Amino acid sequence: MCLAVAGELVSSNHHPDPLWRVGDVSFAGVLRQVSLACVPTAQIGDQLLVHVGVALKVMEPER
Amino acid sequence: MQPPDGRIQMGHGGGGRLMRELITELVVPKLGHQKNVLHDAALVYTPGPQLAFSTDSYVVRPLFFPGGDIGRLAVYGSVNDLAMAGARPLALSLSLIIEEGLEIDCLARVIDSVGEACQGIGVGVITGDTKVVEQGKGDGLFINSTAIGVVEHPLNISPSAIRPGDAVIVSGDLGRHGLAVLSARAELGLRSPIESDLGCLLEPVMELLAAGVELHCLRDLTRGGLASASDEIARSGQCTLQLEQQRIPVHPSVNAACEVLGLDPLAMANEGRMLVICPAEQEDLALTVLQRYQPEAARVGTVGQRWADGSSLDARYPVSLISELGVNCPMVLAEGEQIPRIC
Amino acid sequence: MSECVALLEQIRGCCSQRWTVMEVCGGQTHALLRHGLDRLLEDSIELIHGPGCPVCVTDSERIDQAIALVKKPEVTLCSYGDMLRVPGSDGSNLLGCRSEGADVRVIYSPLDVLEIARRETDRQVVFLAVGFETTAPATGLLVQQAHQQRLTNLRLLMAHVRVAPALDQLLGDPACTVQGLLAAGHVCAVMGEAEYVDLAAQHRRPIVMTGFSPEALLRGILCCIKQLEEGRHDLRNAYEAVVDQGGNRDARRLIETVFEPVDRVWRGLGVIGKGGYRLRDPYTALAVEPEELDGQPYGNGQCPSGQVLRGLMRPGECPSFGDACTPAHPLGAPMVSSEGACAAYFRFHH
Repeated sequence: MCLAVAGELVSSNHHPDPLWRVGDVSFAGVLRQVSLACVPTAQIGDQLLVHVGVALKVMEPER
Repeated sequence: MQPPDGRIQMGHGGGGRLMRELITELVVPKLGHQKNVLHDAALVYTPGPQLAFSTDSYVVRPLFFPGGDIGRLAVYGSVNDLAMAGARPLALSLSLIIEEGLEIDCLARVIDSVGEACQGIGVGVITGDTKVVEQGKGDGLFINSTAIGVVEHPLNISPSAIRPGDAVIVSGDLGRHGLAVLSARAELGLRSPIESDLGCLLEPVMELLAAGVELHCLRDLTRGGLASASDEIARSGQCTLQLEQQRIPVHPSVNAACEVLGLDPLAMANEGRMLVICPAEQEDLALTVLQRYQPEAARVGTVGQRWADGSSLDARYPVSLISELGVNCPMVLAEGEQIPRIC
Repeated sequence: MSECVALLEQIRGCCSQRWTVMEVCGGQTHALLRHGLDRLLEDSIELIHGPGCPVCVTDSERIDQAIALVKKPEVTLCSYGDMLRVPGSDGSNLLGCRSEGADVRVIYSPLDVLEIARRETDRQVVFLAVGFETTAPATGLLVQQAHQQRLTNLRLLMAHVRVAPALDQLLGDPACTVQGLLAAGHVCAVMGEAEYVDLAAQHRRPIVMTGFSPEALLRGILCCIKQLEEGRHDLRNAYEAVVDQGGNRDARRLIETVFEPVDRVWRGLGVIGKGGYRLRDPYTALAVEPEELDGQPYGNGQCPSGQVLRGLMRPGECPSFGDACTPAHPLGAPMVSSEGACAAYFRFHH
């Protein structure tokens, strides 16, 4: 199970409480609001692995 | 075919197997034997030129979506159906079922759209009907449109004309309409700049005919996408179809949205794309014409062999997908409407 | 794809006998079948599709409870789409309820459920919370948000499951034929390695944490086969881009704060000790109470999904397969979800 797809973080509400921190992730141009609660180190431009609207991992850039 | 609770489900309109069964098992048998009744346009035999006749109902939600609206859809949808027989439209009818409470301004915009679409094609709405139903009994507006056209070529363009070895071509990239509507509905929170591919197929079809392409079959891709259309054609034409996964053009955004939601791009809806089946030798000619309208038009497969035995594996799963690794996998039509999944 | 071809060659070249490997996750099954990898590997590997589908293993009693709840006129039931076709004990499902007018809403993210509850204050919103550990953080966030906002019209019908205890039971069954495991890469992305290190050691089977693309799957399979050939039984990570040893610490902390393990029935496998999650204090008020739930527990007698999930029966060997049981009228969850072992088999192998 676990359809998880990687997309680019394009914006964040920079909420001080991680519980409410969300941002838009772009999947080849398709935007979806995603919770950033589990990826506190995520920066704009990072590739995030997203499952049911929650980012689970900041992906390392391909070498 | 009986659903466990004996009621119509959304899936019966989803373009998948449930809809096919509803039509072939419940509707068609009661209507008397009609040749080609399941093809897009029916031919009416007259002493003069051959007439083509098609009807369609439009229930899209929301009424206005990126790239189009129900009015333009009602015109193009029915004209496209005629075009799938290679017919030029002569006239349209328009029936409106309006839900009580719809803003008049909204209706006006829809009718404007109908008018513009007609003008662009050079066809008129010559008759129609209007009904109003109580609030709650309709999604704002339902439209039925019927089109009459004339066939001015000698070809028999229908699934029965497909031949083993024929090229299977799509006229452009798939799934844009499905994605546009999904994102306009907002229930899944996806926002996409992709507009519907809603478009009129009349010109490309006329050009294919003028260029001398021996069209065997045309089918506009609507609900159920390429999956549904290729399945229908294969079954009607009693030939297998092999589609090559890698050659099927899909916009990266459509692919991405499908990955996120667990949907199949091949089953996503289109409203301005068609399957063209023609002799393999004319593939390049056909693509030259089609690529002027949509650069992503591409050959996606080949017609396989005709089957004799209706209970054979070929007859049960006539369409197969060749994976990127070259493995031939039978395509099984989805139950009904596609539903997003996590699993 | 050329990497795939090379990996396939290596796997074939490596195998001195035919090995039996289980891929745990339904998403892995789907990818294997869609690309035809199972057929390309047929001579070297027998693939057993594992219980890797939280939809598949949701027991019929839970579905009965969901159906009973949504039939109440004030209830809005929010669910993932694939749950809609899972049959309850009398064959009915949430899709059928929707066609009868029940307010069943398909959502993509649990976080969207909060919005629905906030917006529609006259509705009693119930979220059918299913999933593995991959999905638990999302449900956990919904719970914490609802708790903080003191919402009174939102509850969760908990059906979350934990993978490792189920694998422990499967592998512990002496009849289980599985020799190596491909662990679900995204579960491991959240939970890390710890549970799987223990499983590998305890059951003396190689376990490889594996991804979902054809290349990732083949890399995982190769790693597993090499271990089997060499008589090793370690935990290996073939999905390093996504899986860290410790998993996602923030997600794990969230899970530990919101949930606690509880015994849970997995459809076809029976009760798995600590095989599920329930809400813990101070969030328990957000769970639909067991006393509120109607519906008798029924057996799932017609569907031998337990046998299939243990690798003891292939879908095609089930007496009902393709006959009484098809995707159109599924007897059990493995035929319902398109990733379920039986539906996937039906789809790709007729």
